[in-house]
Amino acid sequence: MSDLTGLSLAEARAGLLSRQFSARELAQAHIAAMERARPLNAFITETPERALAMADAADGRLKCGAALPLDGIPLAVKDLFCTAGVLTTAASHILDGFAPPYESTVTARLWSAGAVMLGKTNLDEFAMGSSNTTSHYGPVENPWRRPGDNRPLVPGGSSGGSAAALAAHAALGAIGTDTGGSIRQPASFCGIVGLKPSWGRCSRWGVVAYASSLDCPGPMARTVCDAALLLQVMAGHDPRDSTSAPLPVPDYAGALVGDVRGLKVGIPREYRAPGMPAEIEALWRRGAEWLRDAGATPIEISLPMTKYALPAYYIIAPAEASSNLARYDGVKYGLRVPGDSLDDMYERTRGEGFGAEVKRRVLIGTYVLSAGYYDAYYLKAQKVRNLIAQDFAAAFANVDCLLTPTAPSAAFAIGEHADDPISMYLNDVFTIPANLAGLPAISVPAGLSADGLPLGLQIIGRAFDEATVLRVGAALERAAEFRHRASFLTA
Amino acid sequence: MALDKSAVAHIARLARIRVADGELDALAAELSHILAWVEQLAEVDTDDVQPMASVAAMRLPMREDVVTDGDCRDAILKNAPQAARGFFAVPKVVE
Repeated sequence: MSDLTGLSLAEARAGLLSRQFSARELAQAHIAAMERARPLNAFITETPERALAMADAADGRLKCGAALPLDGIPLAVKDLFCTAGVLTTAASHILDGFAPPYESTVTARLWSAGAVMLGKTNLDEFAMGSSNTTSHYGPVENPWRRPGDNRPLVPGGSSGGSAAALAAHAALGAIGTDTGGSIRQPASFCGIVGLKPSWGRCSRWGVVAYASSLDCPGPMARTVCDAALLLQVMAGHDPRDSTSAPLPVPDYAGALVGDVRGLKVGIPREYRAPGMPAEIEALWRRGAEWLRDAGATPIEISLPMTKYALPAYYIIAPAEASSNLARYDGVKYGLRVPGDSLDDMYERTRGEGFGAEVKRRVLIGTYVLSAGYYDAYYLKAQKVRNLIAQDFAAAFANVDCLLTPTAPSAAFAIGEHADDPISMYLNDVFTIPANLAGLPAISVPAGLSADGLPLGLQIIGRAFDEATVLRVGAALERAAEFRHRASFLTA
Repeated sequence: MALDKSAVAHIARLARIRVADGELDALAAELSHILAWVEQLAEVDTDDVQPMASVAAMRLPMREDVVTDGDCRDAILKNAPQAARGFFAVPKVVE
């Protein structure tokens, strides 16, 4: 039954509706695939019993013709979403044993639509990282390796477990979160599709917070259509997240039917980063040609503030993180390390419970918010953020979307960039600007690097125009004809 | 701005994170490196630019001032490392 795991989400849905196989069979095939994929360490917690129970419930509805939109579809959930009664770790030691008494809005919507939970996927601790190597539960391995080279590669991060699970065919769809590229960069590294919706499109309620003004839950999938089907269910206003947008949710799958004729696609010249590999620049150029062949018009544009996005992010995100992570104090949940006094207990708990990268960011954030430095760092970064958003607003007066590479490289070896935080941060140079401006953006697998690894292209759209982002993403997908499979599947 | 060992110890204290004495120097170097890098923002002219705290162009909505949740004390305390008589328990604060 292993061929069931090679289907797209849309194909599986058609198979379930026509009763070619049952939701239970589909769940069993994916539970087996999840077990085979254990060497990748993509899951922190597997929930096979729950998956089967949810699949049986879906079969009941499918049998009587009352199928829900995602009935019987097995999904992997980044372990940053709270799931009622199921261990939720954020890949941190400090959340040891935490079983939330509530369910995040996004996962609740998916289960209400009939989806089946396979388990909780690994990530960088508190979603802080670009390689999935900062997890307390160990690094995730990318299902892809360079041909003739056995060294394990990173899946990207922070949603590395979700991306690896999809590339290893251990789930039909997955969800992640994207604060600075955490859905799109792992999608690029693992040869899958990842969509960061507009900030506010999907509720953040019940998602462990990293940087609230940037965090976006979003879908990850193997096709653009699958991502659209997932977003359809995930999106929408939630009274429990007052920052979720009270806007109608369009028909995303319907948006894929249209073509891209007449669309203007901006090519931001500042994304031609110094030192960018020639093959990525070539792929980018090919992407523009594909869209031109499909009837769109590529136009070179300028986003002059691009180079300041990364440093602005590394002030704003740590500042928000230092505030959000103040709640981990050894009192309400998770780890407690006893101390002589309350403060001593706080300090020991946080000193032991947080990993090196989380500590680094909390300390930077504490510093830039502290008396005497707030204006020079935090306020300055917020002003630069405004200029970055204005850059995009000016560009979107003339174009309908932007085309860029997703990441400046293909997947790298586990351990690379480990000694220099800034060289790791540079992974997100093309993804962070969309977070700062709150814009929707998708990564679509577009080709292979010279050493045989997937590379993604990114489409950035106007705020709340996920429909155009998906439509142009689908045009790229059709032109790229990316049919390669991870070496984990072919070995 | 370069941070020295005592500055890092002060920040760590503000953040309530215990950092071993032997780790302070290495951490000071790392954090100083990151701060020196973000300081390139000084090149940008931001006179007359408003700081942007959120991309949302909306005002946060008001709702009725009524209880919408609660009555779940035991469910909340279930995750507490230490609880007593329906409360979170912490080391003694007042003598």
